[in-house]
Formats: sequence, C-alpha cells, structure tokens
Amino acid sequence: MTMPYYVSPEQLMKDRSDYARKGIARGKPVVSLEYADGILFIADNPSTHLYKISEIYDRIAYAGVGKYSEFENLRIAGVQLADVRGYSYGREDVTAKSLANAYSQALSNIFTQEMKPYEIEILVAQVGDSGEDNELFHILYDGSVTDEEGVVAMGGESEALGARLRESYRPDMDLKTALQAGVGALAADNEAALEPARIEAATLDRTRKRRKFWRLDPERIASLLG
Amino acid sequence: MIGEEPTGFGANPSFFDLVRAEGGSAPARGAPAGEGAVAAPHGTTVLALKFGDGIVMAGDRRAVEGMAIADRRMDKVFPADDHSTIGIAGVAAQAIELVRLFQTELEHYEKVEGAHLSLEGKANRLALMLRAWMPMVMQGLIVVPLFAGYDLARREGRIFRYDVIGGRYEEIDFHATGSGGRDAKGSLKKRYRPGLDRDEAIRVALEALLDASEEDAATGGPDPRRGIYPSVYVATAEGTDEVDDETLRAAYEQVLETRQETG
Repeated sequence: MTMPYYVSPEQLMKDRSDYARKGIARGKPVVSLEYADGILFIADNPSTHLYKISEIYDRIAYAGVGKYSEFENLRIAGVQLADVRGYSYGREDVTAKSLANAYSQALSNIFTQEMKPYEIEILVAQVGDSGEDNELFHILYDGSVTDEEGVVAMGGESEALGARLRESYRPDMDLKTALQAGVGALAADNEAALEPARIEAATLDRTRKRRKFWRLDPERIASLLG
Repeated sequence: MIGEEPTGFGANPSFFDLVRAEGGSAPARGAPAGEGAVAAPHGTTVLALKFGDGIVMAGDRRAVEGMAIADRRMDKVFPADDHSTIGIAGVAAQAIELVRLFQTELEHYEKVEGAHLSLEGKANRLALMLRAWMPMVMQGLIVVPLFAGYDLARREGRIFRYDVIGGRYEEIDFHATGSGGRDAKGSLKKRYRPGLDRDEAIRVALEALLDASEEDAATGGPDPRRGIYPSVYVATAEGTDEVDDETLRAAYEQVLETRQETG
C-alpha cells in the first residue's frame, strides 16, 4: 500500500528555490552599470550569436542569465507586449515598470504552478533623460523584483561579483571606464583574463536618437579596453 | 501573454499577425463592401528614384478632400526603417495607419529575430499587408504605397510599386504615384539618368514634384512664405535621412532661377 507523502509548503518552495539557484549558478554572469550617458550591460558570453542582452523598446533593454531557452522565451513575450502597447497607446507609454510587473507576475506563476521553476534571473532597464531617471528592475526566478541603482550583478556568484563591482564603481563614469570596471569585475574570478571576443556589451545611450539601444561590436570593445 | 509557451514551432516575428490575432487595430477580415467612396482627405503625389548610392523618395505636402485642401503640411513619405522608406497616396487615415503598422512590423521583426529583414522580405510583407486591407479597398478606402530602400545584400537601391489589391512590381529606375503621379513621371522620364549623384537626384525629385503641382490641382507646390517644402528622404548604405528644409529651399531657388531664364 502506498502512503501519500506530505510535503510542507515551506519545504516545497525551498526545494524549488534551490533547484532554480543551482541552475542559475551554472550559467555565466551579466553585470550592468549606470554611466554618464546611460546604462551599460556586459556579459561573459562565448557565443557571438546567442545574445544575453537585447533591445525591448526605444529606451528599454533586457538582459538574462541562466537557461537560454527560458529567458529567450520571456524576451520575445516582452518585445510583443511592448510593441503592442506602443502601437495601441503611444511610444512613451511603454515603461520598464509595467514590463517588470508583467515579468514578475509571469515568473511568480511559473514558480508556484509549473512542474519546475524557470532557472533564470532577468534585468529590465530603462534609460531616462538624466541619471536620476534611470530605472533598473532585477527580477528573480520566483518573481520577486528589486529596484536597483548604480550596479546590478546577476548569475552565479552574483553577491561577490556585485561587491567587486561596487568597489570600482563611481557615478558618472565615461563608457571606457565603466566597461573596464565591469570587465574587471567579471574577470576577477576567471583564471584567464576575459578576451574581448568573449565579451558581449551593449548600452542604452541617452544621446542617441529614438532607439537608445546600441550593441558594441568586438572591435569597439577591444579598443575601449585597449 | 507573457510566460505562455509559444504555440506551434518557433516564435512568429510578425507584429501584423500578432495584432490581428488579438483583434487590434489592423483591418477586420470580411468587412462588408460598401458603395462609393467615403468623403475623407486624400494624399496625393509621391515619387521615388534611384541614384548612385541608393534611392530618393519625395512627396508633396497637400491633402485634398474633394475640391477643398484638407491639409497643407501632411507628410506622405516616412522612414520605414534604417535602410528603407515608404510613401503613400490615397485615403490619408488608412495610409498613415498602414505606415505605422509597417514601421512597427519591421522593428518588431528586427528585435525578435535579432536581424534585419531583407529588402525583398520587407517588400513582400507590405504586399501581404495590403492584401489584408482588401475589404477596405472594396469600400473605396484605397491606399497605394510606394516602397524603396537600399538593399544591403545587392548593394543598390531598389524601388517597389504596388497596386490597390497588393500586387507588387519592381521598378528599375523611378516611379511616381498618386493624382499627380502621371505628371511627375513624365518629368522624371525627361530628367532621370542612371548614376545621378545625391544632390542631382534630390533636384530631379523636386523638379518632378514642381511639374506635378503645376498640372495637378491636388498636388501642392513649395510654399516658401509658410516655409512648407516637400518631404524628401534619402536611403543609402549609411541609413535613412530626411533632407532638411534649408537644403530644399536652396535647391528650389536654383530650380526656379533656371526656369525664369528659360521661360
């Protein structure tokens, strides 16, 4: 005769969290820094075609760590939400906050209702007209959202990474200094220094025209790291 | 919508399909056919021509409603994306909506796929959207777009014209559409030659619009007193740029001077 198992909700949630955390820790990290002209995103990414950082809308970018298929799925849903909203209302009515809420709801539902939680962390960032207007929303696998300022580190060892990043971070750095600080923090626990070819970097640059998102090509990264 | 697994295989990168599926503002399927045209402002003349580095597209600024001038400053030429432009003649409301939808379609594809659509792909997409507009055409709400851009793969400018039911035809040198299209085309035919440079191409476009405005009441000429000049866009490998009013004013003055001399 089989006995039905009783698992306390606390235990269930803890198991799911552990599972998600383990998955995230296996992936490579992404960091983000506010700099003088906007927000910079840097990922340790050996692939030159599968991106971790991408454009959602005019002022909004998205970065994900963990399982590619899962954060890619959410990225596309975000682009759809943003484009439909911008088309049916106005372009300025698409905000990082509403996207972050949608992501948070979706991840929270998946965490509690699906067979397995998503093994991802995502960042939704919006560049403002000035540094104070920047918005950075860091969303975890269980849907919890934090509103960050200055720097964000996601992925395995993110606490140590964040601490290293905060040490070298200064407000109003230029792009070059910010990139060096970010890459320095990412490379610190790597045996080999990060090669420019492995770095994926993009910015939300408020000095650009309508679409602020801009991907730095490998030559540009190499010259900035010089 | 967020968090749902995509149905079928792979994500659909089309914004047009997305808003249609959601019952958004894209045209409803199977709207009843009405009789005659609804009274609404119409946009008039747009043209495009190739030059050495890409294409120039230009349009006058007038919209008419029957015999009345409905708008002096309407824009009928728009950047579709970084390397292409779209111009529209026909019922203004429908045309502007079509442009907005087409611009979003291209940007949406680019973001979802992480790559630009080919110029051919963009032209086909526009034809498909026009075919979906058929019920509107049956009600007399006719839109005739002109699409031109720089083909990054072929390294040349290309021009596509359309008919009202979504037929797509490629032009090899230039084309003009709208009420003054015939006059503009006649003018282009006389002045066009392959391998024009950018400034010459802009000037040929302006002269064609000027000729159209002299023959067609629905096409507006330049209005220096109010500072209204045609909308002119240039698409090349470097991107899509709007030609500023100051350049257009100078070019017009030159054209008028030549015409005064020759009568």
